[in-house]
Amino acid sequence: MPTSFHLLADAPAQLLPARELMAFTLASHIILVPLGVAFPFITLVMHYRGLRRKDATALLLARRWSAVMAVQFALGIVTGTVLSFEFGLLWPGLMGRWGDVFGIGFGVEAWAFFLEAVLIAIYLYGWRRLKPRTHFLLGLPLPFAALLGAFGILAANSWMNTPQGFSLDSEGNPVDVNVWKAIFTPMFGPQYWHFVVAMIITAGFVVAGVYAVGWLRGRRDHYHRLGFAVPFTIAAVATPVQFVLGDSIARSVFHKQPVKFAAMEIVWETDTRVPEYLFGRLNEDGTVSGGLKIPLLDSVLAGFSPDTKVVGLTSVPADQRPTATQATIAHWAFDIMVLIGSVLVLLALWYGLVWLRHRRLPASKWFYRSAACAGVASVVAVESGWIATEVGRQPWIVYQNMRVAEAVTSTRSTTLWIMLAVVMVVYVFLFGSFLAILLKMRTRWRLADEQRATGGPSPHAPETDTPYGPRAPVPAGDAPAADGGAAGAEGGRR
Amino acid sequence: MTADLIAVVLLLAVAAYASAGGTDYGAGFWDLTAGGTERGKRPRWLIDHAMAPVWEVNNVWLIFVLVIMWTGFPTLFQTVFSAMWLPLALAAVGMVLRGAGFAFRKPSRRLAGRRLYGAVFAVASVVTPFFLGAAVGGVASGRVSPGTEASVDAWANPTSLMFGLIAIAATAFIGAVFLTGDARRFDATDLIGYFRRRSLISLAVLTLLAVITGFVTHEDSPYVWHGLTHGLGLLFVVVAGVAALATTWLLRRTPGAWMRVTAVGVVASAVIAWGMAQRPYLLPTSLTVADAAGAPATLTWLAIVTLVALVVVAPAVVLLYWLDTRGELEELTDAELRRGGGADGGGPPPGG
Repeated sequence: MPTSFHLLADAPAQLLPARELMAFTLASHIILVPLGVAFPFITLVMHYRGLRRKDATALLLARRWSAVMAVQFALGIVTGTVLSFEFGLLWPGLMGRWGDVFGIGFGVEAWAFFLEAVLIAIYLYGWRRLKPRTHFLLGLPLPFAALLGAFGILAANSWMNTPQGFSLDSEGNPVDVNVWKAIFTPMFGPQYWHFVVAMIITAGFVVAGVYAVGWLRGRRDHYHRLGFAVPFTIAAVATPVQFVLGDSIARSVFHKQPVKFAAMEIVWETDTRVPEYLFGRLNEDGTVSGGLKIPLLDSVLAGFSPDTKVVGLTSVPADQRPTATQATIAHWAFDIMVLIGSVLVLLALWYGLVWLRHRRLPASKWFYRSAACAGVASVVAVESGWIATEVGRQPWIVYQNMRVAEAVTSTRSTTLWIMLAVVMVVYVFLFGSFLAILLKMRTRWRLADEQRATGGPSPHAPETDTPYGPRAPVPAGDAPAADGGAAGAEGGRR
Repeated sequence: MTADLIAVVLLLAVAAYASAGGTDYGAGFWDLTAGGTERGKRPRWLIDHAMAPVWEVNNVWLIFVLVIMWTGFPTLFQTVFSAMWLPLALAAVGMVLRGAGFAFRKPSRRLAGRRLYGAVFAVASVVTPFFLGAAVGGVASGRVSPGTEASVDAWANPTSLMFGLIAIAATAFIGAVFLTGDARRFDATDLIGYFRRRSLISLAVLTLLAVITGFVTHEDSPYVWHGLTHGLGLLFVVVAGVAALATTWLLRRTPGAWMRVTAVGVVASAVIAWGMAQRPYLLPTSLTVADAAGAPATLTWLAIVTLVALVVVAPAVVLLYWLDTRGELEELTDAELRRGGGADGGGPPPGG
């Protein structure tokens, strides 16, 4: 019997649905993360430009982006709350035994979100009355709050990859917790910076992609040029940086989590002069089918020399390493991420060269087609990177200390399957509505711009109709309006 | 010692969530009962306007509660989430639907869409606090102890049922009080009386439920009942009662800020009374604060993180308040629209 079947037979029935549920909710949440972490930064850059150059279009863009930011932040909070419930509902074993060792990062994260929610409210509602300078300055802490939030999450995840900061007593329970060590684990630094830069790149390319599509459809005014150039430049500058960081995190994995590295590179036997496989499939017997084999390259990449010894999957017993299927998944995810990253570097170079030589945006249609795809591609890269790190860690939830199977809930698997179905339906509704709202906002903005261009009257600023934007005035005759002196709704209820 | 401190922080966070989140759930309750499309139009308008900016912050309170639970008292977290699987799972689904329903109702223009999102929002607003209350009731009744498997009995019992109903009534009460104030702030004179009546009715219902719960817990949850009728627990019950009387008195006069304070006082004191009644147990009578406490170093750091965060977050909240009361965070108003200023289709902000 192949090993993977054997292992699956041993696993509790809850494992599969719990895994699928966690994977589904996390994969959905991750789509919102780049916007949450890096979008405030990009918006503030645009805002700064608008103030500095007295550019009304830049300010308009920043203002509209702040409305998008608020909608996605609200959705992110909702899906994030689901995740924190799932820690308890799906992995009570993990939280019960290790919660006090690695949970502290979440404490930082919860407060960071608090701060972010307050700051977003101020930023969003401040457009009307605050002095421009004050308003901008009050928005400035937003990216830092976002970085702080990411700090907490990444501290927890990197601890699961390279757990430390505790010792085990005779019953195998963690004691002598050292919080400092548990936060700053060996993988923390590499994971954190790789993540932050990935978020900047993704947010930049996604936002720029929207305007690239507009450019392709013939909208080539200042508004679209600016909306494209600022986020794209930020992403393009970050892309080569990410190339270096990505290389460094791969090497950290090689040193700190050799078995995961072996899975990501489908290395079977520990050896020197190991070839690199691009894609391909690892079989149960250690052979590789398909894929492109490049001799010596894996050793060279791992340690700059063909004589570098790379640890293989067989270095640990079969029940302590990813199965052949899992290794193949991690390998593909890793390769897809690297491939996309490399293509994005080329795109950034194209942009940079045109800029250096001509001091203008590229004019080629193919550039904008690629740019439009870059947003989607970078989201795919983020998902792939996450799959590579999570699947590559299998079967451990806490590397070498707790198996996923030990952490899973004892709730009946049928209940979990039903829950998965419910959550999938709800999330399709949720993300469908999110998309519909963004599209509707875009349509209203375009209408307003057209009306303004023709000099017609515009009923009111269209972005006021988003759920979190400055609220629309009361329709005439519907209800009496608040007079200018009345306090806004904000803090009154806190 | 540190564990006790963290337990207090946890209790205060729960009280904050009950007050802040409760206000939001209550708004949903009144949305649900506002009547048909035409009749419920005005109250729903007010609910939309009053809730929009705060509900995300209210959700973060809950995340903070969960984080303190699993970091400070991992065993408690594990036990509660294992034993109360179904009500907590349903509450989580309710929260998602609620947030989505609310967020998406406003921008949808068509009536059918508004009805759908509105119904989702309103129903989830009532169901979610019920399940959270039922889970708390199960804990209070002593049915949950380390190792308890998920079972129907853990959350479908007299105490859980009463706690669930009380949760709904409390959110309805605090929601109505806040909406009374909001009605005044938005100068919707007719809605002041509308929500004032509802505040008083829901307070009466809440009081009645509290009395019934007293009888139920006497039989069903002796430990907590004893705690609620003695010492600190009793003190906070009395405080809650006094706050309720004060709210009644304030409600009968021109609605001001103080009735919000006393309404929060009712809900927060009730939560704190429950916490005090459970002392020294987190799960009566099987898991004490000391037994459940995580590693000492973690607790110390959790206290430090909380303190640092307070130093960072508190000024932000105060700033928000300050800006708001000075009218610096202002929505577009009719007056400005008529003047034409700021209604330029999203042009540069004034002075920008």
